[in-house]
Amino acid sequence: MTDTPVQIFRDSEADRGFRMKWWASRTAIYGVLVLWAVICLFPIYWTATTSFKMAPNVMQGQMVPFPQAWTPEGDWAKALFYAPKWKGWESIGMSPQTLQQESTVRAEFLKRFMNSTIVALVSSTLAVVLGAMAAYGLSRFRYEWAWMKNDDILFFFLSQLILPPVVLALPFLVLYKELALLDTRIGLILLYTLSVLPIVIWIMKDQFETIPTELEEAALVDGLSIWGAFLTIIVPIALPGMVAAFILSLVLTWNEYFFAALLTSTHANTLPVMVASQTGSQGINWWSMAALSFAAILPLIVIGIVLERFIIKGMAAGAVK
Amino acid sequence: MSVMSGTDQLHVVTTDDITPGRARLGKALVWGAAALLALVALAQAAQSMGWLDFGFDTWRPTLYAYCLWATALCWAQVITRGEQGKRTLFVLPAALFVVSLTVFPLLFGLIIAFSSWNLSSLDGRQFNGVDNLVQMWGDPFYWNALGNMVIYVLAIIVEYAIAFGLALILAGQIRARKFWRVAFLLPLMLSPVAVSWMVGKSMLEPRFGPLARLARSLGIENPSFFESPWMAKLTIMVLDAWTFIPFMMIMLLAGLQAIPKELQEASRVDGATGWKSFWEITFPLMLPVSVTAILIRIIFKLKLADIVITVTSGGPGGATDTVTSFIFREYRERSNVGYGTMLAMVYLVLIVIAMTFLMKFANRLTRPRT
Repeated sequence: MTDTPVQIFRDSEADRGFRMKWWASRTAIYGVLVLWAVICLFPIYWTATTSFKMAPNVMQGQMVPFPQAWTPEGDWAKALFYAPKWKGWESIGMSPQTLQQESTVRAEFLKRFMNSTIVALVSSTLAVVLGAMAAYGLSRFRYEWAWMKNDDILFFFLSQLILPPVVLALPFLVLYKELALLDTRIGLILLYTLSVLPIVIWIMKDQFETIPTELEEAALVDGLSIWGAFLTIIVPIALPGMVAAFILSLVLTWNEYFFAALLTSTHANTLPVMVASQTGSQGINWWSMAALSFAAILPLIVIGIVLERFIIKGMAAGAVK
Repeated sequence: MSVMSGTDQLHVVTTDDITPGRARLGKALVWGAAALLALVALAQAAQSMGWLDFGFDTWRPTLYAYCLWATALCWAQVITRGEQGKRTLFVLPAALFVVSLTVFPLLFGLIIAFSSWNLSSLDGRQFNGVDNLVQMWGDPFYWNALGNMVIYVLAIIVEYAIAFGLALILAGQIRARKFWRVAFLLPLMLSPVAVSWMVGKSMLEPRFGPLARLARSLGIENPSFFESPWMAKLTIMVLDAWTFIPFMMIMLLAGLQAIPKELQEASRVDGATGWKSFWEITFPLMLPVSVTAILIRIIFKLKLADIVITVTSGGPGGATDTVTSFIFREYRERSNVGYGTMLAMVYLVLIVIAMTFLMKFANRLTRPRT
């Protein structure tokens, strides 16, 4: 007899092979996940950290902001850590010191920021209101306008997606000049509403079709008008879908550059136009560009993190029938 | 316009009694507003021709009159047709909005397309027939841009493959699913212009950019991402893919999650594993979603402009130009509205033809085989 305990139960050869394979596939899957997460997040990290850099940090390529006092000795630490400075944020008047003072750059930035916010919010709201109404009508009633039936009307709305902005851009430039709408927020709002309307209609149509018509029928029997039923019964039920459509519109309109670059010059500039106009001139002043870019993307990053499920819901709506 | 009822999804029984007076009032409202619109437009035309002076500096009064007419039209629907009118009211505002914002400008654009019109010169618009078409025919840069669009669109295949892979992983059994989903979604939320600076201008900067450093440490002597035409094209594709892969990924993920679990279990019972189960079960079931995602992606790709405009402005030598960025520069540098519009119109026609073909093809692809 030997002292070593006899192992009675053991995995068979085949099972051990299986477990190895399981571990290998787990490692591969998480490897891919981590790699792609790095690809997605690194540019954001890079922009956020670069906004706290100074010229030498940029040139030496240090990557991690770290308080000077705690930075350990050694060359590796010098190559990795740098002391964060507010220089980039100063250049748009948003550093702790400059926040107290009057600042023309900050006023400029805030003006652009407000333009972007107003244009994005108003056009998304308008698109959701118009789009939800149209989608509801198309999902509940049968229309016949001249030769167009429901499907044709829906196709007419959705086909606007194909229309590339460049086709509308120059006619609108000339039209807006005649209408004195160039360089106004209203002009941009109209165009942005137009550009997101097909997406909203697509999402909302999908939403309304999942709501049973018995609900409205009951409401109508109880004496509500059709609009009353729509506003008090259907809209609250379809609200998540509307929020999804709204957020998606918000993302698209906040980021839009092409129309804004063509149709605005001094008053109604949006943030993307401001960012684009600075890219060429700043040279190696990366910190100020980084601060500006980061300020421009921050609202949407927050929205993306907080309202992620609505965005996914919105995009999934059209995909699965 | 007439609304048919009876076949509606929603059955409503209403007793409308519309007196002849009420119907007349509605008609009067529409026609009155139309007359006002015509009057204002006429006055405006007279003013811009220089015949009379009403003090109308711009076409704004006409715009207001148009809005008034549109409102009157919507309102009159309810007055003259009661319940049916209320139903029309759901779709009518959106339809009016889209028609007035696309159809009119498109018709107007057609006029511009056949004229020489330099906004910075005082000559104004001059009709020049097909001169723009002839000029376009001989414009190598336009054809080059069109060729680039084809290459850019082909890159969608790679994007699709990556997005599908990621969606498969996300739909599988993983921990912290929400974190990965949010992280993968974020690039879509970022403004392409900011991305062009963040990635295109700083991270890819040949001296100090982190990616250039990475390339150098991997042994590439002088990393440059925008010097050779193909490298520049590739970089633009990667940048664009980076922002839009999440979009396809989410759509595909939604599709994957809609596949009934029983199907995959049944296939497993039948002995299909790994690759085989993917190709024979998952992929065919995902075909409709895939086609939708790819078509939408193509539509978005055809609008690609902001990254190109801000990162390379079409360079080197037009290698990265898209049609939109080319027309944008054409306008910015020469402010020739006529030629630019013609190029855009031709592009629209090409897109419509290509998309019709693609949709036909997609329909055939997704139709269930018997």
